[in-house]
Amino acid sequence: MSDTIAPETSTPATKVETPFRRFASEFFESRIATVALCLLGLIIVLAVLAPWITPQNPYDLAQVDVMDGRLPPGSEAFAGYTMWLGSDGSGRDLYSAILYGLRISLSVGVASGIIALTIGMAIGLLAAYAGGRTENIIMRVVDLQLSFPAALVALMLVAIMGKGVDKIILALVVAQWAYYARTVRGTALVERNKEYVEAAQCLGLSRLRVVFRHILPNCLAPLIVVGTVQTAHAISLEATLSFLGVGLPQTEPSLGVLIANGFEYMLSGRYWISVFPGLALLLTVVSINLVGDQLRDVLNPRLKK
Amino acid sequence: MTVFIIRRLMQALLVVFLMSVIVFFGVNVIGDPVHMLVSPDADQADIEATIRRLGLDRPIWEQYLLFVSGAAQGNLGNSFIFGEPALKLILHHMPATLELAFSALFLAVAVGVPLGLYAGLYPDSLLSKGIMAGSILGFSLPTFWVGLMLIMLFAVELGWLPSTGRGDTGHILGIETSLATRDGLSHVLLPAMNLALLKISLAIRLTRAGVREAMGQDYVKYARAKGLSTRRIVFVHVLKNIMIPVVTVMGLEFGSLIGFSVVTESIFAWPGMGKLLIDAILQLDRPVVVAYLMIIVLFFVLINLIVDILYSILDPRVRLRDQGA
Amino acid sequence: MRDVLQVSALRTHFFTHAGVVKAVDGVDFTVRKGEVMGLVGESGSGKSITGFSILGLIDPPGRIVDGSIRFNGAEIANAPEPALQKLRGNRIAMIFQDPMMTLNPVLRIDTQMIEAIQAHESVPRQTAWERSRDALGLVGIPSPEERLRAYPHQLSGGMRQRVAIATAFLNRPDLIIADEPTTALDVTIQAQIIHEAQKLTRQTGTAMIWITHDLAVVAGLADHISVMYAGRIVEQGATDDVIDRPLHPYTVGLLGSVPSANKRGQRLYQIEGMTPNMLAMPKGCAFAPRCRAATPDCQTAPPITEVDGRRLRCHYPQVQGAAP
Ligand SMILES: Nc1ncnc2c1ncn2[C@@H]1O[C@H](COP(=O)(O)OP(=O)(O)OP(=O)(O)O)[C@@H](O)[C@H]1O
Ligand SMILES: [Mg+2]
Repeated sequence: MSDTIAPETSTPATKVETPFRRFASEFFESRIATVALCLLGLIIVLAVLAPWITPQNPYDLAQVDVMDGRLPPGSEAFAGYTMWLGSDGSGRDLYSAILYGLRISLSVGVASGIIALTIGMAIGLLAAYAGGRTENIIMRVVDLQLSFPAALVALMLVAIMGKGVDKIILALVVAQWAYYARTVRGTALVERNKEYVEAAQCLGLSRLRVVFRHILPNCLAPLIVVGTVQTAHAISLEATLSFLGVGLPQTEPSLGVLIANGFEYMLSGRYWISVFPGLALLLTVVSINLVGDQLRDVLNPRLKK
Repeated sequence: MTVFIIRRLMQALLVVFLMSVIVFFGVNVIGDPVHMLVSPDADQADIEATIRRLGLDRPIWEQYLLFVSGAAQGNLGNSFIFGEPALKLILHHMPATLELAFSALFLAVAVGVPLGLYAGLYPDSLLSKGIMAGSILGFSLPTFWVGLMLIMLFAVELGWLPSTGRGDTGHILGIETSLATRDGLSHVLLPAMNLALLKISLAIRLTRAGVREAMGQDYVKYARAKGLSTRRIVFVHVLKNIMIPVVTVMGLEFGSLIGFSVVTESIFAWPGMGKLLIDAILQLDRPVVVAYLMIIVLFFVLINLIVDILYSILDPRVRLRDQGA
Repeated sequence: MRDVLQVSALRTHFFTHAGVVKAVDGVDFTVRKGEVMGLVGESGSGKSITGFSILGLIDPPGRIVDGSIRFNGAEIANAPEPALQKLRGNRIAMIFQDPMMTLNPVLRIDTQMIEAIQAHESVPRQTAWERSRDALGLVGIPSPEERLRAYPHQLSGGMRQRVAIATAFLNRPDLIIADEPTTALDVTIQAQIIHEAQKLTRQTGTAMIWITHDLAVVAGLADHISVMYAGRIVEQGATDDVIDRPLHPYTVGLLGSVPSANKRGQRLYQIEGMTPNMLAMPKGCAFAPRCRAATPDCQTAPPITEVDGRRLRCHYPQVQGAAP
């Protein structure tokens, strides 16, 4: 995620105060946001490198020993390594399972975020381009959808479509596109009233060019902010659906699936099976949200508190 | 006033109609209708009989009319698992959900508004900063995770409160509810708290923002110039003004409470319609799923309608504007 | 006659991020029983802040930093909140500048008037209601019973202003601070309201501070006039003296900008320049940069001269006939 933050404005290297530098220095003014960004970076690195830094591939049956089941944190596995976070019901090392789970959770969240952003942006731009009746109808639909909570929309869709990675991503996309469309439309309304767009229209530029030259570049910043926060939402939503057993199947064990698997052991005091994946989820979601908050403050001075 | 209500009613009907189209096509186009409406262990003859009985061989618009006329008569199919009408099943589970959602809404307002009021009146105090940090956390934490933590802390570690089921029920005004007994109340507390968490954060933010804005208004200064006590200024002048947006938003959130109760009910084994839905999805009891979807749509539309009307009663300016229009 | 209010050397400053705004910077005046004092000055000269200071209604970052406010002989500057609360609306009432914003939009008029009585007196609601109704009748509101049931937005601006005036008189205060109560209204209603207010002060012996930027308004109403510029009172005296023989160039300018019958045909005079930036006040006389009579002497603070009951803060008082 962290690399999508950078605005793609490239200025001559001779300039000391590039927009990016100013942006970065403003971003790092907040200590909490800095910590959150570092944490998020670490989480992403861990997730990406999971196969190389875990003692076990938790989904390679040859490597998993049922004898290791439900061991408390710090126990030694049959294979000799220490299970710092304990093991789950079927003997998987939790540390390994969590990193692999993070990979899945992050991929689903980011993939659905990007697709929803693309579709939402396209629809928003279409509305801005078409104007009049079309715009009205599109925005009505957006409003209608936004009057239902995203979680419920996603739940409805999985109820209709069933389980599976593709279906979850589709459900998350449908549940979230409207937020992006609304964001684009908000920018379009502002930009349209600005003088330079009027001037551009006077110059006889085509509407298409107005949309792509003026509205699109200006809605990128708010879209990045909304995108960050919505990705956190998507990850949390996927975990919720998976926890309820209507999200990802056991073959794609995201953090939500891991937490659900540990739930039955919790009442008997084997807290770690649920709690550690939960903490991983928590840190991920909270750090993305904090980064998003700071992005909003930095990218949109008007919204500053 | 009547013109206002009639216009809102028309809008609501339009939305219900649109949503029925969407659910219908969701079931019939995206999903496999036969798969959706026939028990998974039915044989080929059964399936064909059902297709004919349900009229799936007829054109799509005719099917839609059939669906709507069935729905209008309250016929949304029979549950595969229980063999009862799906609608009846859901209505049977509805009181438990409503009870949970109301308790959560009550908690959200009862906890969130005073905290937000405090944070708005004394924005620089340490406690206020703590409250705001808590509300940010409340927004980021996934509901189900908080539920797990509540169970671990209060049910497993401390053993103070039960974590599953509804407990004993009693009767208030002829309605069967857990809120009528001590045991029932102790059962409601944890799930209601869990469900309320997000809304508490919301109520805190709304109230705080409202108070901060209102305190800077001239009418507050004028009230002070009249020599009114701080208590009267805060609880009459300020609170009455901010209760309008707070009530509106919290009221709108009631729908989302019902939606989110799906999560809470599953964690706390609360026998409401949310748990019924998840069970139905897991057991492929599709008529129940369809019925739930239609009911929840109706619910949302109804809530929006009620809030609109409530809003117009609370805020004399809205009422007048609509009369003039 | 008895002094109701004595303000001396009052300073109210706002400690903002950008610097200290000396909104009121050394103000003296006295108001006697049954008397109307006109406080006149351009926008931003500190008139409202003076009024709020008297009521103790200055919010952070503002503060009364110096001076004394004696009300009926007792010091009330920076007095404890409970003591001030007893005075506000009871002994000292204020009518706010903007009639649209001062009434609470979601409370009915009766609620807002009755609470003003019951905050200071334990009377039955019915009695308070009757007093509110009579007060509305007094300021010329037709069918007051009906108006009492209304919400503020159902009343016109003039009606709302009358409600504010009636509310100010509810507890028969010793002093009313009326902050431009008529600016938002059209001329006929303005005249009517001034007439009502005048009648009420004469009847009840209430003293009044009438804040305005319009000398013409106070000319026929006030007994004394204080002219305020950039947080200070630059000229003070009996109304007739100040109007007929203005001494300060600023007052001269203000008078020159008032249209009147005997100046018909002449071009209306306008004071050049703008009110000074409160954060960067000129040294010495604050009016000097805009003053035609200014000399290098004006870089030093002008002396306060007192002649025939008139006070003046100027190096070069205008001689008769020298008015532009
Ligand atoms: N809260 C505040 N913070 C900083 N400065 C303030 C504040 N309130 C008032 N001021 C400043 O104090 C000065 C005097 O304001 P005041 O409201 O008394 O003017 P006024 O004479 O009543 O003008 P008007 O005729 O426009 O009402 C102004 O320059 C204003 O900018
Ligand atoms: Mg003023």
